[in-house]
Amino acid sequence: MSRAALLVLADGRFPAGGHAHSGGAEAAVKAGRITGARSLEEFCRGRLHTTGAVSAALAGAAALGVDPVALDEAADARTPSVALRTAARKLGRQLLRAARVAWPSPELDALAARFPKGAHQPVVLGTAARAAGLGAEDAAHCAAYENVSGPATAVVRLLSLDPFEATAVLARLAPDMDKVARKAAEAARRARDEGPETLPAASAPLLEVGAEGHAGWDVRLFAS
Amino acid sequence: MNPASPAGVRARARIGARSDRYGRTVLPVLEGEAPLALRRTRATGRAAQVTLVGAMSGPLGGDRLTVEADVGAGASLGVGSAAATIALPGQDGAPAAYDVRLTVAAGAELRWLPEQLISVQGSELRVTTVADVEAGGRLVLREEQVLGRADEDPGLLRSRLTVRVGGRPLLDQELTCGPGAPGGWDGPAVLGGHRALGQLILIDPGFTEKPPTPTMLTPHASLTPLPGPGALITALSPNALHLRHTLDEALHHLP
Amino acid sequence: MHLDHTHDESAAVSADAHRADGTRRALRIGLGGPVGSGKTATVAALCRLLRDELSLAVVTNDIYTREDAEFLLREAVLPPERITAVETGACPHTAIRDDISANLEAVEDLEDEVGPLDLVLVESGGDNLTATFSRGLVDAQIFVIDVAGGDDIPRKGGPGVTTADLLVVNKTDLAPYVGSDLARMAADAKAQRAELPVVFQSLRSDEHVSAVAEWVREQLAAWAGAPAK
Repeated sequence: MSRAALLVLADGRFPAGGHAHSGGAEAAVKAGRITGARSLEEFCRGRLHTTGAVSAALAGAAALGVDPVALDEAADARTPSVALRTAARKLGRQLLRAARVAWPSPELDALAARFPKGAHQPVVLGTAARAAGLGAEDAAHCAAYENVSGPATAVVRLLSLDPFEATAVLARLAPDMDKVARKAAEAARRARDEGPETLPAASAPLLEVGAEGHAGWDVRLFAS
Repeated sequence: MNPASPAGVRARARIGARSDRYGRTVLPVLEGEAPLALRRTRATGRAAQVTLVGAMSGPLGGDRLTVEADVGAGASLGVGSAAATIALPGQDGAPAAYDVRLTVAAGAELRWLPEQLISVQGSELRVTTVADVEAGGRLVLREEQVLGRADEDPGLLRSRLTVRVGGRPLLDQELTCGPGAPGGWDGPAVLGGHRALGQLILIDPGFTEKPPTPTMLTPHASLTPLPGPGALITALSPNALHLRHTLDEALHHLP
Repeated sequence: MHLDHTHDESAAVSADAHRADGTRRALRIGLGGPVGSGKTATVAALCRLLRDELSLAVVTNDIYTREDAEFLLREAVLPPERITAVETGACPHTAIRDDISANLEAVEDLEDEVGPLDLVLVESGGDNLTATFSRGLVDAQIFVIDVAGGDDIPRKGGPGVTTADLLVVNKTDLAPYVGSDLARMAADAKAQRAELPVVFQSLRSDEHVSAVAEWVREQLAAWAGAPAK
């Protein structure tokens, strides 16, 4: 594997649309559940161990070459909020566009042909990682990291939070991210051997409900 | 799955519902093992109604309980419970397991509306619910989890719910909460201090043509269309009573 | 203008002059500039003037609302299916320059759903003087400033003023009231932009956008006449 390719894929400046999404942070800020660095950290920790763990496992499985159509179906079932399914496909489509230019590959082309309106973002992420020569744990790390870096960046804009504090939150979460990525890679191997239904399905009710509310706002900074 | 402790109880209850030649629902299978007992109760029209009794004093740590309901083509079954299910600690600290297996055939209906599950301090329970609905089947399923009795910390509860329609996964969700759960479970992304969580799932072939509209029911409860012929209501509440009220109201939004 | 892109199998390349089915795509023109300079008003006037001669569509990039898109809808400058709003997560310049993926998706969806199109106008969210469009997103860009924002803006330069294919100085009717010196603005713009064109306009009626519309027609003629590989 190329460690540098992982850095390219995980870079917050990778042009795949993430900047327009808050990962549920905008709804949580408005509801008063995120008010500063401490509550941002608890938000990110909960998100990481739920949707982050699921995304990381899906990405890991896609990186192993598990059928992306079955993985996309598994992602759909693990994303009951229609607003979050829409956001995940939108982001998947944007990521696929960037990845096809960065790491041209027949598998990415086939994914685009199969899902013209976008597959779930973690499925695309794993397929992109595969095209970049990365493994399941790399893809899982990338998914885990962007699962929390997105909300942290968004809260800097939403609350004018000190960016050093937001980055310190991410640094403190690093051991949890490593753990989530390791477990996700194990789950990915199991999904390859026993089928995608064995993938984790951890859910975050407040993220689900919050996303549905957020989708109906007239005035908002972020798309989700 | 957690292997149940040898000291625990293993019990299974089974319901089989079929449509007879007059279109009435009959129950050729209705059997329970202590502490699970099944009673056929009043029914309306051609549907059959069953009440699960006896689970309220358990499961205790180490127990492994299984409830199965199978509704055949054209049959209509309602299942409720006489009281809340209470997850209690066992003597040797072993986890308990509660498995629910539901199958609904084409043209059949199952209304699965049990009382709450209460996770008591010190308990450890894994609940696994799997519903398989054939294309053209109808399912109403309610799950309510209450974290701790009044002013009590909860036990460790892992609850996984899988619904398949026509063999395809439509909903797969797991919630782990309580001491020992992964970090952030009570934080602003997951439960945010709410002590009662409920889900109401409706699978209806009519949704294929006309999916339900996403709706906010309260600031902490939403109705969302699932990626297939189904809708999910998710509600977070401060307590069980408030939760039931929200879900009952929500039922009126659905066909 | 970038008309010489080669067409190969990787149809995902954003600046490719062809659509997935191999047909030539619409010309894309970006409109950027500071908040309140009259971007949306210019887009609205262009739509009203050009909609009968061209098949066109608009993508707006609002900062925190769908207001620009809703303004265009309310004014009924185009049928609603020809207007799409892109959300930018508080970073309008990112969406038109550093990460153009959402805008490209919007443009392509419009071509798929209401096409064939001759022209897509991509309006940026109001931003600062450094915000320019990526060449991967648009074929040409218009930078819109106004006299009320200060007559020293052309002198200060910046990527928008200096490099845009067309600089529009809006609200010239306000110049006497805000003490802006139009001659000085024109001289400064000339110094910054050399041969690149500048239009001074006041959108008291749609005809006043005709100079910009004429420029758009020239771009279209060049786009249509370019060799399609």
